[in-house]
Amino acid sequence: MSGVRVILDQDKCVGSGQCVMTAPEVFDQRDEDGIAVLLTTAPDTGQTDVVREAAALCPALAITVRE
Amino acid sequence: MTSDTVPAFPMARAAGCPFDPPPELHRLQDEAPLSRVRLWDGSTPWLVTRYAEQRSLLADPRLSADVTRPGYPFPAPGRPTGAQKLGFILMDDPEHARLRRMVTAPFAIKRVEALRPAVQKIVDDLIDDLLAGPKPVDLVEAFALPVPSLVICALLGVPYADHDLFQGHSRNLISRSVPADQRGASFRALHDYLDRLLAQKTADPGDDLLSQLVTRVQAGELERSDAAGIGVLLLVAGHETTANMIALGTLALLEHPDQLALLRDGDDPKLVAGAVEELLRYLNITHTGRRRVALDDIEIAGVTIRAGDGLILANDIGNRDPGTFTDPGTLDLTRDARRHVAFGFGVHQCLGQPLARLELQVVYSTLYRRIPTLRRAAALADIPFKHDGAVYGVYELPVTW
Ligand code: HEM
Ligand code: SF4
Repeated sequence: MSGVRVILDQDKCVGSGQCVMTAPEVFDQRDEDGIAVLLTTAPDTGQTDVVREAAALCPALAITVRE
Repeated sequence: MTSDTVPAFPMARAAGCPFDPPPELHRLQDEAPLSRVRLWDGSTPWLVTRYAEQRSLLADPRLSADVTRPGYPFPAPGRPTGAQKLGFILMDDPEHARLRRMVTAPFAIKRVEALRPAVQKIVDDLIDDLLAGPKPVDLVEAFALPVPSLVICALLGVPYADHDLFQGHSRNLISRSVPADQRGASFRALHDYLDRLLAQKTADPGDDLLSQLVTRVQAGELERSDAAGIGVLLLVAGHETTANMIALGTLALLEHPDQLALLRDGDDPKLVAGAVEELLRYLNITHTGRRRVALDDIEIAGVTIRAGDGLILANDIGNRDPGTFTDPGTLDLTRDARRHVAFGFGVHQCLGQPLARLELQVVYSTLYRRIPTLRRAAALADIPFKHDGAVYGVYELPVTW
């Protein structure tokens, strides 16, 4: 079974930190402006649930999860 | 619907239910996701009561937070003019995003987490003072207000010694019962105060957020008055809200002793983090709704919102939507409440949320453990609630132990 793909739209991101709080192994924030960055676009299957949760929590609808 | 059948907003809470949204809001939510309400000035904006529609509309770029646009549902007389805007909270993208990004870095999760020991020390010292001082004591004055004020002062580079000045003006700014001219005067006083601090930081920069704003001004990226506006926004938002969550949260826990016991007798950071989310959901202190105006016609839930229509997205009742939260009227610190809209949703979602969470986690995991016999020192009916404020809470909370 392969995991999901994650796409992050940094132009939309408002630096809420919800994704970093929810899935810290997949998301981080840039030092200079707090905007989210992806640590991986293809997280382990063990991360699928938290990545989905992060996408649902993102207030800027900046995270897309592809099967 | 004629205007005299349209219910007035905001509505009153039921007597004896200080933690629950007004019954009328429950009724409107049961009936439909959107309805019309009447404001103080006779205008009839949309009231959005259900969670799903609130999230979808708050994330919709066709809604504007620009308070100067006609149709914006302002809560009281004395709508700010352009020059008076309270930072980027009342602006739209792209200008909103440009300014917000200038101050986002210090609120990043890891930067805020690094402040935990300092916040713990502030909380511990204040509890030492409480325990050494007289009782009963007003928890608002002695604890709930100082915690977030000390934290935001350190972060911004504002001298805490000026707390009477900025706390007083902040209170005026977010109260509906304060006359418009006095609210305006408080805004100008805060703006001038921040402007003076920016001048000091220009001469003598420090390692703080205001000094970073000075650098932006010097680089020509930011107007000096916008810098002061951002300073006002962060100072006001940074202490009033969290202070109310501390005091009202404590009162709610005292009224739900089984829930308080979970925090007092447990030692699990996960439980504490979850408890903070649930208290944010349950109390939803920003209780007069997010305010917006439509820029375009929007079809939603079978109705058409017209361009120029005002909207109030009542996140307090959204957080009690039975379609989203099981048994929403129950305070259950063990539930997963993370999807609440207590910090709003969309591009304006609270910038300070990591800091607010940290402060509340430290407070809720420390206060009741260190003062396990903490209790009210006044009847619930005698406690003055902030029914007239943009932010709900208690004016005073006499406690003893
Ligand atoms: C428990 C405490 C807090 C609550 C319940 C809260 C709630 C909110 C809400 C509901 C909004 C959205 C406004 C809207 O959509 O119209 C907001 C925005 C904001 N909050 Fe908080 N807040 C809290 C603490 C803080 C703290 C500690 C700070 C920090 C310094 C802060 C700074 C801000 C700022 C700057 C905005 C404007 C964001 C923007 O417009 O992009 N808040 N807050
Ligand atoms: S949750 Fe969304 S808005 Fe918040 S930091 Fe992550 S990507 Fe950005």
